[in-house]
Amino acid sequence: MRWPEKSIAITGIGQSRISRDAGVSALSLTIDAAVEAIRDAGLTRADIDGIATWPGAIPDGSGFAPVGIPALQDALRLKVEWYSSTRETSGQFGAIFNAIGAIHAGLCRHVLVFRTMYQATARKQGLVNASYQPGQRTHAHMGWHAPYHAYVAATQQALYFARYVHESGIRPEQVAQIAINGRRNAALNPAAVYRTPITLDDYMASPILSTPLRLFDCDVPIDGSTAIILSHRDAAADLPNPPLRIEAIGTNMHYRNSWAQLDALATQAQPEVAAMMWNRTDLRPADVDVAELYDGFSFHTINWLENFGFCKRFEAGDFIEGGSRIALDGELPINTNGGALSAGRMHAYGQVHEACVQLWCRGGARQVKGRANGGPRVAALSTAGGPLAGCFLLVRD
Amino acid sequence: MTSPPPRPLPAIDADNAAFWTGGRNGELLIHRCARCRTYVHPPTSFCPACESREVGPEPVSGKGVILSLTVNHRAWFPGLPVPYVVAMVGIDEQPDVHLITNIVDCDPLSVRIGDRVKVRFEQAEDLWVPLFVPDQGKD
Ligand SMILES: [Zn+2]
Repeated sequence: MRWPEKSIAITGIGQSRISRDAGVSALSLTIDAAVEAIRDAGLTRADIDGIATWPGAIPDGSGFAPVGIPALQDALRLKVEWYSSTRETSGQFGAIFNAIGAIHAGLCRHVLVFRTMYQATARKQGLVNASYQPGQRTHAHMGWHAPYHAYVAATQQALYFARYVHESGIRPEQVAQIAINGRRNAALNPAAVYRTPITLDDYMASPILSTPLRLFDCDVPIDGSTAIILSHRDAAADLPNPPLRIEAIGTNMHYRNSWAQLDALATQAQPEVAAMMWNRTDLRPADVDVAELYDGFSFHTINWLENFGFCKRFEAGDFIEGGSRIALDGELPINTNGGALSAGRMHAYGQVHEACVQLWCRGGARQVKGRANGGPRVAALSTAGGPLAGCFLLVRD
Repeated sequence: MTSPPPRPLPAIDADNAAFWTGGRNGELLIHRCARCRTYVHPPTSFCPACESREVGPEPVSGKGVILSLTVNHRAWFPGLPVPYVVAMVGIDEQPDVHLITNIVDCDPLSVRIGDRVKVRFEQAEDLWVPLFVPDQGKD
Protein backbone atom coordinates (compact mmCIF):
# COMPACT_ATOMS: atom_id res chain seq x y z
CA MET A 1 0.00 0.00 0.00
CA ARG A 2 2.57 2.50 -1.11
CA TRP A 3 0.14 4.96 -2.66
CA PRO A 4 -2.55 6.57 -0.51
CA GLU A 5 -5.35 6.38 -3.08
CA LYS A 6 -5.42 2.58 -2.68
CA SER A 7 -7.02 2.98 0.73
CA ILE A 8 -9.93 5.02 -0.66
CA ALA A 9 -13.00 3.50 -2.33
CA ILE A 10 -16.27 4.46 -3.97
CA THR A 11 -19.08 3.05 -1.82
CA GLY A 12 -22.22 4.53 -3.35
CA ILE A 13 -23.55 6.29 -6.44
CA GLY A 14 -26.56 8.39 -7.33
CA GLN A 15 -27.89 10.14 -10.39
CA SER A 16 -30.85 12.36 -11.08
CA ARG A 17 -33.03 11.99 -14.13
CA ILE A 18 -31.00 13.16 -17.13
CA SER A 19 -33.01 15.16 -19.62
CA ARG A 20 -33.16 17.95 -22.14
CA ASP A 21 -35.73 19.76 -19.97
CA ALA A 22 -35.71 18.92 -16.29
CA GLY A 23 -38.74 20.89 -15.23
CA VAL A 24 -37.27 21.07 -11.72
CA SER A 25 -34.42 23.18 -10.39
CA ALA A 26 -30.74 22.35 -10.67
CA LEU A 27 -30.58 22.15 -6.88
CA SER A 28 -33.46 19.68 -6.87
CA LEU A 29 -31.57 17.48 -9.35
CA THR A 30 -28.50 17.68 -7.13
CA ILE A 31 -30.50 16.63 -4.08
CA ASP A 32 -31.87 13.67 -6.05
CA ALA A 33 -28.36 12.48 -6.88
CA ALA A 34 -26.89 13.14 -3.43
CA VAL A 35 -29.65 11.44 -1.46
CA GLU A 36 -29.56 8.43 -3.77
CA ALA A 37 -25.77 8.12 -3.41
CA ILE A 38 -25.87 8.38 0.38
CA ARG A 39 -28.57 5.70 0.62
CA ASP A 40 -26.84 3.51 -1.97
CA ALA A 41 -23.72 3.53 0.19
CA GLY A 42 -25.75 2.41 3.16
CA LEU A 43 -25.12 5.70 4.94
CA THR A 44 -27.19 8.53 6.32
CA ARG A 45 -26.70 12.28 6.03
CA ALA A 46 -25.10 12.22 9.46
CA ASP A 47 -22.32 9.97 8.15
CA ILE A 48 -21.25 12.42 5.43
CA ASP A 49 -18.33 14.41 6.81
CA GLY A 50 -16.92 15.87 3.60
CA ILE A 51 -18.17 17.47 0.37
CA ALA A 52 -16.32 18.10 -2.89
CA THR A 53 -17.33 19.29 -6.33
CA TRP A 54 -15.92 20.62 -9.58
CA PRO A 55 -15.84 23.50 -10.30
CA GLY A 56 -17.97 25.12 -7.61
CA ALA A 57 -20.94 27.34 -8.37
CA ILE A 58 -20.59 29.71 -11.32
CA PRO A 59 -23.80 31.73 -11.17
CA ASP A 60 -23.71 33.08 -14.74
CA GLY A 61 -26.98 31.55 -15.91
CA SER A 62 -25.20 29.30 -18.42
CA GLY A 63 -26.03 26.12 -16.54
CA PHE A 64 -22.38 25.06 -16.60
CA ALA A 65 -22.08 24.99 -12.82
CA PRO A 66 -25.36 26.07 -11.27
CA VAL A 67 -24.93 24.36 -7.89
CA GLY A 68 -22.00 24.64 -5.51
CA ILE A 69 -21.25 23.27 -2.10
CA PRO A 70 -23.04 25.92 0.00
CA ALA A 71 -26.41 25.35 -1.69
CA LEU A 72 -26.25 21.58 -1.29
CA GLN A 73 -24.81 21.65 2.22
CA ASP A 74 -27.60 23.92 3.35
CA ALA A 75 -30.37 22.03 1.56
CA LEU A 76 -29.29 18.74 3.15
CA ARG A 77 -28.21 20.44 6.40
CA LEU A 78 -24.94 18.52 6.27
CA LYS A 79 -22.33 18.97 9.00
CA VAL A 80 -18.92 18.24 7.55
CA GLU A 81 -15.29 18.35 8.69
CA TRP A 82 -13.89 19.22 5.24
CA TYR A 83 -15.15 20.67 1.96
CA SER A 84 -13.58 21.98 -1.22
CA SER A 85 -14.30 22.96 -4.78
CA THR A 86 -11.85 24.21 -7.36
CA ARG A 87 -11.74 24.61 -11.10
CA GLU A 88 -7.95 24.86 -11.31
CA THR A 89 -7.18 21.16 -11.04
CA SER A 90 -6.77 17.99 -13.10
CA GLY A 91 -10.00 18.34 -15.02
CA GLN A 92 -13.35 17.43 -13.54
CA PHE A 93 -11.82 14.56 -11.53
CA GLY A 94 -9.95 17.12 -9.43
CA ALA A 95 -12.79 17.02 -6.92
CA ILE A 96 -12.25 13.27 -6.50
CA PHE A 97 -8.48 13.69 -6.16
CA ASN A 98 -8.93 16.40 -3.53
CA ALA A 99 -11.32 14.16 -1.60
CA ILE A 100 -8.81 11.31 -1.70
CA GLY A 101 -6.24 13.61 -0.14
CA ALA A 102 -8.62 14.83 2.53
CA ILE A 103 -9.69 11.30 3.49
CA HIS A 104 -6.11 10.08 3.56
CA ALA A 105 -5.15 13.05 5.73
CA GLY A 106 -7.77 11.97 8.25
CA LEU A 107 -9.93 15.04 7.82
CA CYS A 108 -13.00 13.01 6.90
CA ARG A 109 -14.15 9.46 6.14
CA HIS A 110 -17.17 9.69 3.79
CA VAL A 111 -17.07 12.43 1.15
CA LEU A 112 -20.00 13.32 -1.07
CA VAL A 113 -18.66 14.29 -4.51
CA PHE A 114 -21.09 15.76 -7.04
CA ARG A 115 -21.34 17.48 -10.41
CA THR A 116 -24.48 19.19 -11.68
CA MET A 117 -25.22 20.62 -15.11
CA TYR A 118 -28.25 22.60 -16.25
CA GLN A 119 -27.25 23.55 -19.76
CA ALA A 120 -30.31 22.22 -21.56
CA THR A 121 -32.66 24.51 -19.68
CA ALA A 122 -30.17 27.39 -19.84
CA ARG A 123 -30.05 27.10 -23.63
CA LYS A 124 -33.81 27.16 -23.86
CA GLN A 125 -33.59 30.43 -21.99
CA GLY A 126 -31.22 31.80 -24.63
CA LEU A 127 -27.98 31.91 -22.67
CA VAL A 128 -25.89 30.04 -25.23
CA ASN A 129 -22.93 32.30 -25.69
CA ALA A 130 -22.20 33.51 -22.20
CA SER A 131 -18.56 33.84 -23.31
CA TYR A 132 -19.40 36.36 -26.04
CA GLN A 133 -20.68 39.62 -24.68
CA PRO A 134 -20.25 42.40 -27.23
CA GLY A 135 -18.85 45.58 -25.79
CA GLN A 136 -17.19 43.82 -22.87
CA ARG A 137 -13.47 43.13 -22.89
CA THR A 138 -12.50 39.50 -22.29
CA HIS A 139 -10.00 38.41 -19.68
CA ALA A 140 -7.49 35.63 -19.12
CA HIS A 141 -7.05 32.89 -21.73
CA MET A 142 -10.21 33.79 -23.59
CA GLY A 143 -8.58 37.09 -24.44
CA TRP A 144 -6.29 35.25 -26.88
CA HIS A 145 -9.13 33.34 -28.55
CA ALA A 146 -12.23 35.53 -28.48
CA PRO A 147 -10.96 38.25 -30.86
CA TYR A 148 -10.85 35.58 -33.55
CA HIS A 149 -14.41 34.36 -32.99
CA ALA A 150 -13.00 31.27 -31.31
CA TYR A 151 -15.00 31.60 -28.11
CA VAL A 152 -16.63 28.17 -28.10
CA ALA A 153 -14.97 24.93 -27.03
CA ALA A 154 -15.68 23.26 -30.38
CA THR A 155 -13.63 25.82 -32.30
CA GLN A 156 -10.81 26.02 -29.75
CA GLN A 157 -10.40 22.28 -29.40
CA ALA A 158 -10.84 21.57 -33.11
CA LEU A 159 -7.31 22.96 -33.42
CA TYR A 160 -5.98 19.96 -31.49
CA PHE A 161 -8.16 17.48 -33.36
CA ALA A 162 -7.11 18.90 -36.73
CA ARG A 163 -3.47 18.48 -35.75
CA TYR A 164 -4.18 14.92 -34.62
CA VAL A 165 -5.85 14.13 -37.95
CA HIS A 166 -2.88 15.68 -39.75
CA GLU A 167 -0.32 13.58 -37.88
CA SER A 168 -2.25 10.32 -37.54
CA GLY A 169 -4.11 10.15 -40.83
CA ILE A 170 -7.26 8.94 -39.07
CA ARG A 171 -10.27 8.86 -41.40
CA PRO A 172 -13.78 10.20 -40.68
CA GLU A 173 -15.34 6.74 -40.98
CA GLN A 174 -12.98 5.61 -38.20
CA VAL A 175 -13.72 8.62 -35.99
CA ALA A 176 -17.42 7.86 -36.51
CA GLN A 177 -17.14 4.67 -34.47
CA ILE A 178 -16.97 6.60 -31.20
CA ALA A 179 -20.37 8.18 -31.84
CA ILE A 180 -21.86 5.00 -33.28
CA ASN A 181 -20.60 2.93 -30.32
CA GLY A 182 -22.00 5.45 -27.87
CA ARG A 183 -25.42 5.42 -29.44
CA ARG A 184 -25.46 1.62 -29.69
CA ASN A 185 -24.81 1.43 -25.95
CA ALA A 186 -27.27 4.22 -25.17
CA ALA A 187 -30.01 2.19 -26.86
CA LEU A 188 -29.57 -0.26 -23.95
CA ASN A 189 -29.53 2.47 -21.29
CA PRO A 190 -32.99 3.69 -20.26
CA ALA A 191 -31.45 6.82 -18.67
CA ALA A 192 -29.72 8.02 -21.86
CA VAL A 193 -31.09 11.10 -23.64
CA TYR A 194 -30.45 9.91 -27.23
CA ARG A 195 -31.23 6.23 -27.80
CA THR A 196 -31.97 5.84 -31.52
CA PRO A 197 -29.05 4.01 -33.15
CA ILE A 198 -27.07 5.87 -35.80
CA THR A 199 -25.29 4.51 -38.86
CA LEU A 200 -22.07 5.52 -40.56
CA ASP A 201 -24.21 7.32 -43.15
CA ASP A 202 -25.96 9.27 -40.40
CA TYR A 203 -22.58 10.29 -38.99
CA MET A 204 -21.19 11.34 -42.36
CA ALA A 205 -24.36 13.36 -43.00
CA SER A 206 -24.20 15.21 -39.68
CA PRO A 207 -23.17 18.84 -40.19
CA ILE A 208 -19.59 19.97 -39.74
CA LEU A 209 -19.38 22.58 -37.00
CA SER A 210 -15.68 23.34 -37.15
CA THR A 211 -13.43 21.01 -39.12
CA PRO A 212 -12.87 18.17 -38.37
CA LEU A 213 -15.69 18.21 -35.80
CA ARG A 214 -19.15 17.11 -36.87
CA LEU A 215 -22.25 17.56 -34.77
CA PHE A 216 -22.16 13.87 -33.81
CA ASP A 217 -18.64 14.30 -32.42
CA CYS A 218 -19.96 16.68 -29.78
CA ASP A 219 -21.59 15.75 -26.49
CA VAL A 220 -25.15 16.66 -25.61
CA PRO A 221 -25.98 19.45 -23.13
CA ILE A 222 -28.39 18.16 -20.51
CA ASP A 223 -29.92 18.87 -17.14
CA GLY A 224 -28.69 16.38 -14.58
CA SER A 225 -26.62 15.65 -11.53
CA THR A 226 -24.35 12.81 -10.48
CA ALA A 227 -23.05 12.03 -6.99
CA ILE A 228 -20.67 9.47 -5.58
CA ILE A 229 -19.55 8.63 -2.06
CA LEU A 230 -15.82 8.25 -1.48
CA SER A 231 -14.97 6.42 1.73
CA HIS A 232 -11.91 5.31 3.62
CA ARG A 233 -11.44 1.59 3.20
CA ASP A 234 -11.59 1.08 6.96
CA ALA A 235 -15.00 2.77 7.04
CA ALA A 236 -16.27 0.83 4.01
CA ALA A 237 -15.92 -2.71 5.30
CA ASP A 238 -19.43 -3.00 6.75
CA LEU A 239 -21.23 -1.15 3.95
CA PRO A 240 -23.57 -2.99 1.56
CA ASN A 241 -21.68 -2.48 -1.72
CA PRO A 242 -18.31 -4.11 -2.38
CA PRO A 243 -15.94 -1.12 -2.15
CA LEU A 244 -14.56 -0.01 -5.50
CA ARG A 245 -10.98 0.82 -4.68
CA ILE A 246 -9.07 3.68 -6.29
CA GLU A 247 -6.09 1.75 -7.62
CA ALA A 248 -4.09 4.64 -9.09
CA ILE A 249 -4.57 8.26 -10.06
CA GLY A 250 -3.01 10.55 -12.67
CA THR A 251 -3.06 14.23 -11.73
CA ASN A 252 0.09 15.94 -12.95
CA MET A 253 0.64 19.17 -14.89
CA HIS A 254 3.86 18.83 -16.89
CA TYR A 255 2.78 20.58 -20.06
CA ARG A 256 2.14 24.28 -20.47
CA ASN A 257 -1.32 24.82 -19.02
CA SER A 258 -2.53 27.04 -21.82
CA TRP A 259 -5.18 26.42 -24.47
CA ALA A 260 -3.03 28.30 -27.00
CA GLN A 261 0.51 27.38 -25.93
CA LEU A 262 0.04 23.70 -25.00
CA ASP A 263 3.19 21.96 -26.19
CA ALA A 264 1.51 18.68 -27.17
CA LEU A 265 -1.03 19.53 -29.82
CA ALA A 266 -1.78 16.09 -31.21
CA THR A 267 -1.98 14.25 -27.88
CA GLN A 268 -3.26 17.02 -25.58
CA ALA A 269 -2.01 16.90 -22.00
CA GLN A 270 -2.84 13.24 -21.51
CA PRO A 271 0.40 11.25 -21.97
CA GLU A 272 2.16 12.25 -18.74
CA VAL A 273 -1.03 12.06 -16.70
CA ALA A 274 -1.56 8.50 -17.92
CA ALA A 275 2.11 7.65 -17.29
CA MET A 276 1.79 8.85 -13.70
CA MET A 277 -1.22 6.60 -13.20
CA TRP A 278 0.52 3.52 -14.59
CA ASN A 279 3.57 4.24 -12.41
CA ARG A 280 1.38 3.90 -9.32
CA THR A 281 0.08 0.40 -10.07
CA ASP A 282 1.18 -3.05 -11.11
CA LEU A 283 -1.81 -3.27 -13.44
CA ARG A 284 -1.24 -2.85 -17.16
CA PRO A 285 -3.55 -1.74 -19.99
CA ALA A 286 -4.35 -5.38 -20.78
CA ASP A 287 -5.81 -5.77 -17.27
CA VAL A 288 -8.54 -3.21 -17.92
CA ASP A 289 -11.98 -4.79 -18.41
CA VAL A 290 -13.97 -1.67 -19.24
CA ALA A 291 -12.97 1.91 -20.07
CA GLU A 292 -15.11 4.98 -19.53
CA LEU A 293 -13.21 7.59 -21.51
CA TYR A 294 -14.07 11.25 -21.64
CA ASP A 295 -16.03 12.09 -24.78
CA GLY A 296 -16.83 15.76 -24.53
CA PHE A 297 -15.70 15.45 -28.12
CA SER A 298 -15.11 12.08 -29.79
CA PHE A 299 -11.46 12.98 -30.36
CA HIS A 300 -10.84 13.08 -26.62
CA THR A 301 -11.80 9.41 -26.46
CA ILE A 302 -9.54 8.62 -29.41
CA ASN A 303 -6.64 10.41 -27.74
CA TRP A 304 -7.21 8.58 -24.46
CA LEU A 305 -7.20 5.18 -26.18
CA GLU A 306 -3.66 5.91 -27.31
CA ASN A 307 -2.45 7.72 -24.23
CA PHE A 308 -3.65 4.99 -21.88
CA GLY A 309 -1.71 2.54 -24.06
CA PHE A 310 -4.71 0.53 -25.28
CA CYS A 311 -3.21 0.96 -28.73
CA LYS A 312 -0.09 2.56 -30.16
CA ARG A 313 0.41 6.23 -30.97
CA PHE A 314 -1.67 7.26 -34.00
CA GLU A 315 -3.17 3.76 -34.34
CA ALA A 316 -6.48 4.43 -32.60
CA GLY A 317 -8.18 4.75 -35.97
CA ASP A 318 -7.30 1.16 -36.81
CA PHE A 319 -8.19 0.06 -33.27
CA ILE A 320 -11.73 1.41 -33.46
CA GLU A 321 -12.36 0.71 -37.15
CA GLY A 322 -15.58 -1.23 -37.54
CA GLY A 323 -16.31 -0.74 -33.84
CA SER A 324 -16.09 -4.38 -32.73
CA ARG A 325 -13.12 -4.00 -30.33
CA ILE A 326 -14.83 -1.21 -28.35
CA ALA A 327 -18.34 -2.75 -28.32
CA LEU A 328 -19.89 -4.26 -25.18
CA ASP A 329 -18.68 -7.72 -26.18
CA GLY A 330 -15.35 -6.48 -27.55
CA GLU A 331 -11.88 -6.71 -26.08
CA LEU A 332 -12.20 -3.20 -24.57
CA PRO A 333 -15.78 -2.02 -24.10
CA ILE A 334 -15.84 1.78 -23.87
CA ASN A 335 -18.44 4.34 -22.82
CA THR A 336 -20.89 1.60 -22.01
CA ASN A 337 -23.79 3.89 -21.02
CA GLY A 338 -23.58 5.82 -24.27
CA GLY A 339 -21.08 8.33 -22.97
CA ALA A 340 -21.59 12.07 -23.01
CA LEU A 341 -22.27 11.86 -26.74
CA SER A 342 -25.53 9.96 -26.22
CA ALA A 343 -26.29 9.53 -22.51
CA GLY A 344 -25.67 13.26 -21.97
CA ARG A 345 -22.98 15.68 -20.81
CA MET A 346 -22.58 14.69 -17.17
CA HIS A 347 -19.09 16.11 -17.65
CA ALA A 348 -17.01 13.05 -16.76
CA TYR A 349 -19.18 12.13 -13.79
CA GLY A 350 -21.43 10.10 -16.09
CA GLN A 351 -18.34 8.00 -16.75
CA VAL A 352 -17.64 7.61 -13.04
CA HIS A 353 -21.23 6.55 -12.34
CA GLU A 354 -21.17 4.09 -15.22
CA ALA A 355 -17.83 2.53 -14.20
CA CYS A 356 -19.40 1.77 -10.81
CA VAL A 357 -22.55 0.40 -12.46
CA GLN A 358 -20.39 -1.96 -14.50
CA LEU A 359 -18.11 -3.05 -11.66
CA TRP A 360 -21.16 -3.73 -9.46
CA CYS A 361 -22.81 -5.62 -12.36
CA ARG A 362 -25.89 -3.38 -12.35
CA GLY A 363 -25.75 -2.73 -16.09
CA GLY A 364 -28.74 -4.82 -17.12
CA ALA A 365 -28.91 -5.10 -20.91
CA ARG A 366 -25.64 -3.19 -21.29
CA GLN A 367 -23.70 -5.13 -18.64
CA VAL A 368 -20.20 -6.11 -19.74
CA LYS A 369 -19.71 -9.82 -19.05
CA GLY A 370 -15.95 -10.16 -18.69
CA ARG A 371 -13.69 -11.98 -16.20
CA ALA A 372 -15.28 -15.35 -16.98
CA ASN A 373 -18.74 -13.88 -16.31
CA GLY A 374 -17.98 -12.75 -12.78
CA GLY A 375 -18.22 -9.29 -14.30
CA PRO A 376 -15.54 -6.67 -14.92
CA ARG A 377 -13.09 -5.97 -12.10
CA VAL A 378 -10.91 -3.15 -13.45
CA ALA A 379 -12.19 0.08 -14.98
CA ALA A 380 -10.14 2.90 -16.51
CA LEU A 381 -11.55 6.41 -16.33
CA SER A 382 -10.38 9.63 -17.92
CA THR A 383 -11.44 13.19 -18.21
CA ALA A 384 -10.91 16.50 -19.94
CA GLY A 385 -9.04 17.81 -22.92
CA GLY A 386 -6.57 20.40 -24.10
CA PRO A 387 -4.19 21.33 -21.28
CA LEU A 388 -6.41 19.58 -18.72
CA ALA A 389 -6.34 15.87 -17.98
CA GLY A 390 -7.05 13.50 -15.13
CA CYS A 391 -7.47 9.75 -14.91
CA PHE A 392 -7.77 6.85 -12.51
CA LEU A 393 -8.22 3.12 -12.24
CA LEU A 394 -11.08 1.67 -10.24
CA VAL A 395 -10.90 -1.92 -8.97
CA ARG A 396 -13.36 -4.38 -7.46
CA ASP A 397 -11.12 -6.67 -5.42
CA MET B 1 -25.11 44.40 -46.33
CA THR B 2 -24.89 44.49 -42.54
CA SER B 3 -21.46 44.61 -40.99
CA PRO B 4 -20.22 41.47 -39.22
CA PRO B 5 -20.43 41.37 -35.43
CA PRO B 6 -17.45 43.10 -33.81
CA ARG B 7 -14.53 41.08 -32.55
CA PRO B 8 -14.73 40.52 -28.78
CA LEU B 9 -11.61 42.37 -27.69
CA PRO B 10 -9.22 41.52 -24.86
CA ALA B 11 -8.77 43.46 -21.67
CA ILE B 12 -5.44 45.29 -21.86
CA ASP B 13 -2.81 45.28 -19.13
CA ALA B 14 0.88 46.18 -18.82
CA ASP B 15 1.93 42.78 -20.17
CA ASN B 16 -0.22 42.41 -23.27
CA ALA B 17 -0.56 46.07 -24.38
CA ALA B 18 2.36 45.92 -26.82
CA PHE B 19 1.01 42.84 -28.58
CA TRP B 20 -2.40 44.38 -29.19
CA THR B 21 -1.18 47.86 -30.18
CA GLY B 22 2.03 47.20 -32.14
CA GLY B 23 -0.02 47.06 -35.33
CA ARG B 24 -0.46 50.83 -35.14
CA ASN B 25 3.13 51.01 -36.39
CA GLY B 26 2.80 47.91 -38.52
CA GLU B 27 4.78 45.84 -36.01
CA LEU B 28 4.03 42.45 -34.49
CA LEU B 29 5.57 42.76 -31.03
CA ILE B 30 6.48 39.63 -29.09
CA HIS B 31 8.11 39.69 -25.66
CA ARG B 32 11.78 38.62 -25.67
CA CYS B 33 14.44 38.11 -23.06
CA ALA B 34 17.18 40.75 -23.26
CA ARG B 35 19.77 38.36 -21.81
CA CYS B 36 19.29 35.00 -23.56
CA ARG B 37 17.04 36.18 -26.43
CA THR B 38 14.26 33.65 -25.80
CA TYR B 39 10.80 34.77 -26.92
CA VAL B 40 8.24 34.62 -24.11
CA HIS B 41 4.56 34.35 -24.98
CA PRO B 42 2.04 35.11 -23.64
CA PRO B 43 4.00 38.16 -22.56
CA THR B 44 5.27 38.15 -19.00
CA SER B 45 8.16 39.73 -17.11
CA PHE B 46 10.03 36.47 -16.48
CA CYS B 47 12.22 34.46 -18.82
CA PRO B 48 11.57 30.74 -18.23
CA ALA B 49 14.90 29.89 -19.88
CA CYS B 50 17.30 32.01 -17.81
CA GLU B 51 15.15 33.61 -15.08
CA SER B 52 15.93 37.10 -16.28
CA ARG B 53 13.34 39.75 -15.51
CA GLU B 54 14.50 41.84 -18.48
CA VAL B 55 11.80 40.75 -20.88
CA GLY B 56 10.08 43.20 -23.20
CA PRO B 57 8.41 43.61 -26.58
CA GLU B 58 10.47 43.39 -29.77
CA PRO B 59 9.26 43.38 -33.37
CA VAL B 60 9.35 40.08 -35.23
CA SER B 61 9.13 39.42 -38.96
CA GLY B 62 5.41 38.75 -38.84
CA LYS B 63 5.95 35.52 -40.74
CA GLY B 64 5.11 32.03 -39.63
CA VAL B 65 3.69 28.60 -40.36
CA ILE B 66 0.21 27.22 -39.72
CA LEU B 67 0.55 24.52 -37.05
CA SER B 68 -3.16 23.74 -37.02
CA LEU B 69 -6.38 25.17 -38.31
CA THR B 70 -10.11 24.68 -38.20
CA VAL B 71 -12.64 25.90 -40.73
CA ASN B 72 -15.55 27.05 -38.64
CA HIS B 73 -18.93 26.55 -40.35
CA ARG B 74 -21.28 27.39 -37.50
CA ALA B 75 -22.43 30.96 -36.86
CA TRP B 76 -22.04 30.96 -33.08
CA PHE B 77 -23.48 34.45 -32.98
CA PRO B 78 -26.16 35.96 -35.24
CA GLY B 79 -24.62 37.59 -38.28
CA LEU B 80 -21.23 35.94 -37.94
CA PRO B 81 -20.08 35.27 -41.54
CA VAL B 82 -19.09 31.64 -42.16
CA PRO B 83 -17.03 29.78 -43.05
CA TYR B 84 -13.96 31.33 -41.44
CA VAL B 85 -10.54 29.98 -40.52
CA VAL B 86 -9.24 29.87 -36.95
CA ALA B 87 -5.59 28.89 -36.96
CA MET B 88 -2.66 28.38 -34.67
CA VAL B 89 0.45 29.98 -36.16
CA GLY B 90 3.99 29.33 -34.97
CA ILE B 91 6.20 32.36 -35.61
CA ASP B 92 9.34 31.88 -37.70
CA GLU B 93 11.63 33.21 -34.99
CA GLN B 94 10.51 30.56 -32.46
CA PRO B 95 7.70 28.19 -33.54
CA ASP B 96 6.69 27.30 -29.98
CA VAL B 97 5.27 30.82 -29.78
CA HIS B 98 1.70 30.02 -30.84
CA LEU B 99 -0.65 32.74 -32.05
CA ILE B 100 -4.36 31.98 -32.31
CA THR B 101 -5.57 33.98 -35.30
CA ASN B 102 -7.76 34.12 -38.38
CA ILE B 103 -6.40 33.42 -41.85
CA VAL B 104 -7.99 36.02 -44.14
CA ASP B 105 -7.87 37.38 -47.70
CA CYS B 106 -8.16 33.89 -49.18
CA ASP B 107 -10.64 31.06 -49.78
CA PRO B 108 -11.17 29.54 -46.30
CA LEU B 109 -11.34 26.06 -47.80
CA SER B 110 -7.92 26.43 -49.47
CA VAL B 111 -5.85 26.82 -46.29
CA ARG B 112 -3.72 23.89 -45.09
CA ILE B 113 -1.55 22.95 -42.11
CA GLY B 114 2.03 23.82 -43.01
CA ASP B 115 1.12 26.83 -45.15
CA ARG B 116 3.30 29.88 -44.74
CA VAL B 117 1.53 33.04 -43.61
CA LYS B 118 2.34 36.67 -42.83
CA VAL B 119 0.71 39.15 -40.51
CA ARG B 120 -1.63 41.99 -41.35
CA PHE B 121 -3.46 44.12 -38.83
CA GLU B 122 -7.07 45.10 -38.42
CA GLN B 123 -7.91 48.05 -36.23
CA ALA B 124 -10.70 47.52 -33.70
CA GLU B 125 -11.40 50.39 -31.34
CA ASP B 126 -8.01 51.26 -29.79
CA LEU B 127 -6.38 47.93 -30.67
CA TRP B 128 -4.78 46.41 -33.76
CA VAL B 129 -5.69 42.73 -34.06
CA PRO B 130 -3.00 40.62 -35.75
CA LEU B 131 -4.48 38.53 -38.57
CA PHE B 132 -2.57 36.40 -41.05
CA VAL B 133 -2.75 36.03 -44.83
CA PRO B 134 -1.17 33.46 -47.14
CA ASP B 135 2.48 34.29 -47.81
CA GLN B 136 3.42 33.49 -51.39
CA GLY B 137 6.66 35.47 -51.12
CA LYS B 138 9.98 33.73 -51.72
CA ASP B 139 12.20 36.15 -49.80
ZN1 LIG C 1 16.34 34.53 -20.83
